[in-house]
Amino acid sequence: MDQLVFLILSIISIGAALAVIFSKNPVYSVLFLILTFFSIAGHYVLLNAQFLFIVHIIVYAGAIMVLFLFVIMLLNLNKTNETSKSMLPKIAGAISGGLLLIVLLGAVKGLNQAEASQAVNADMGSVKNLGKILFSEYLLPFEVSSALFLSAMIGAVMLGKKNLKDH
Amino acid sequence: MEIFLIDKIVLIVAVFGITLLFALYSTYAERKVAAFIQDRLGPNRAGIFGILQPLADGVKFFLKEEFIPAHADKALFILGPSVSMTTALMTSAVIPWGNSLELFDRVISLQITDLNIGILYVFAVVSIGVYGIMIGGWASNNKFSLLGALRASSQMISYEIAMGLSIIALVMTTGTLSLGEIVQQQNGSIFGISGASWNIIYQPLGFLIFMICAFAECNRTPFDLPESENELVGGYHTEYSSMKLGFFLFAEYTNMFISSAIMSSLYFGGYNFPFMDQLGLSHNLVTILGTTFLFAKIVMFIFLFMWVRWTLPRFRYDQLMRMGWKMLIPLALINIIITGLLIVVLK
Amino acid sequence: MHSLSNRSKVVVKKEMTLTEKMYLPAILGGMMITIKHFFKRKPTIQYPEQKREFSKVYRGRHILKRDEQGRENCTACGLCAVACPAEAISIVAAERKKGEEHLYREEKYAKTYEINMLRCIFCGLCEEACPKDAVYLTEELAPANFDRSNFIFGKDKLVQPVGTSAHPKTYKPYKK
Repeated sequence: MDQLVFLILSIISIGAALAVIFSKNPVYSVLFLILTFFSIAGHYVLLNAQFLFIVHIIVYAGAIMVLFLFVIMLLNLNKTNETSKSMLPKIAGAISGGLLLIVLLGAVKGLNQAEASQAVNADMGSVKNLGKILFSEYLLPFEVSSALFLSAMIGAVMLGKKNLKDH
Repeated sequence: MEIFLIDKIVLIVAVFGITLLFALYSTYAERKVAAFIQDRLGPNRAGIFGILQPLADGVKFFLKEEFIPAHADKALFILGPSVSMTTALMTSAVIPWGNSLELFDRVISLQITDLNIGILYVFAVVSIGVYGIMIGGWASNNKFSLLGALRASSQMISYEIAMGLSIIALVMTTGTLSLGEIVQQQNGSIFGISGASWNIIYQPLGFLIFMICAFAECNRTPFDLPESENELVGGYHTEYSSMKLGFFLFAEYTNMFISSAIMSSLYFGGYNFPFMDQLGLSHNLVTILGTTFLFAKIVMFIFLFMWVRWTLPRFRYDQLMRMGWKMLIPLALINIIITGLLIVVLK
Repeated sequence: MHSLSNRSKVVVKKEMTLTEKMYLPAILGGMMITIKHFFKRKPTIQYPEQKREFSKVYRGRHILKRDEQGRENCTACGLCAVACPAEAISIVAAERKKGEEHLYREEKYAKTYEINMLRCIFCGLCEEACPKDAVYLTEELAPANFDRSNFIFGKDKLVQPVGTSAHPKTYKPYKK
């Protein structure tokens, strides 16, 4: 049962991810990206990480992608106003993407598979456990990242304010 | 296992049917409430007091011409209302419609599924709901529709934050994210009255913020800017006709019903009612009474939605944004701080 | 300027107080007003079933009266047509022949008597002008129609049917 669900989800996520790249219309790309996020969220449920699943949907599918779609709809990109691009960014993109792929492959190869399967139990991904770990073992990274978010937020507000004064 | 499945399927179908019925008759209630507030009588020709009016409207929706504009994106044009309707109906899965029934020698829970992250599930589905409007508005290939869709998405994102923050304060007092448990906790007695320790007593400010955000999330007046008819023709559904338009309108009423149910469950005790354990009734009877009470609360909230709609004018867009970001979010943060302090002091 | 109704309020642009800034009291006040209207008696009249009572001096569509012996009063003098400010009445006169004494009271009668109901302003001046007590305005409304030509009422629609009440205000052509 789990295997079957995993298979279906994987097919959807890979298919949707490919569709993101290959669709001509940027709005379609964004919509396929949302579909990819949903299927990845489905994988989280299979791993008993319900909290991660729901936060993934709220944050990525529900908030970030809405803004993404928002911007793309406003820009109204289409073939008529697409400027001809030089080859340089394409090559740069291919190289950086390829490097990322190598890094990811290396990371996956280094994983000890037996250890990973051992850690999965029914309660692992619950809010309670996650909260306890975040506020004990990973307290410092957690607080540092919150400080980072705060500074980013203040920065965004400052940028907005400065623009107001200019006009 | 199989019996369990049958229980659930029956429950799902029942909840689905009741939700649609409520949405159907909300349209009728809306027109009646509007009429009564404006010293009119409202629809009263189809059946006694016009109770067959929704059916007549439905028939009309089905018989109207299906029209897709020539320059619209056909696939997305159809996807828009479907997404709207689906997300509107999805939330009902985690709402506890009642306690449990003891039938045929087993206990049947009247909640379709009690996720341990129930509130977050509601929140996630609500945040996806905006896609229906956005996709529909963009696919129409019409300036008014696009403006409506953009308004809807920015409004929803802004008010989701305040809504989430008000829920956090609630979660701090209850200590759980499961809707089933939250409702069960409100069963406790207060001043010797059992089943009356509702969260509204502990979270009045939180409830107010949540309610305002619920109005905004449902695109109801005074927050109905996405479809403000005197500026944007029909907003995101300008180009829609026939049952696809019906789906958009229906989704709004379904959302209203569901958010009424959530407000009743989170803050007004759900299926709990005063003196529920002191009457000495059997468990099943109390459950049935409780469900009745839940629906009474929902009807009350739906009436409130309509009452507000026919009282208040629409916000201006900058007022809407200022209210969301500069009033509700700070208020919700203050509410969290007060809640935290009180929890520390009282423990 | 002195206010006539004493209900006008002078607009003052001042800083809002805290309760005003919170908006909620004002919103609640507004909701109280609407809920009061919710429970008010509705003034609607359910038209085809219920009808509003007409005033005693209401001027509706015309009739051409008959006398007690069932003879038409109209003598086609044309005073009504002259009096009509909207020029809605047109009359063709004819002489009464032998043997028609039971039909027409005077020696001259109206062969055709037409009132254009689209022109008529229901002022009642024809009624005032008539020396023979022939034309009256009843309480009936001129009925709606899809065709303009049907609004020109001839004698077939105007003359009081034989045997109906003689009083024009209680005369009801459609309810016998």
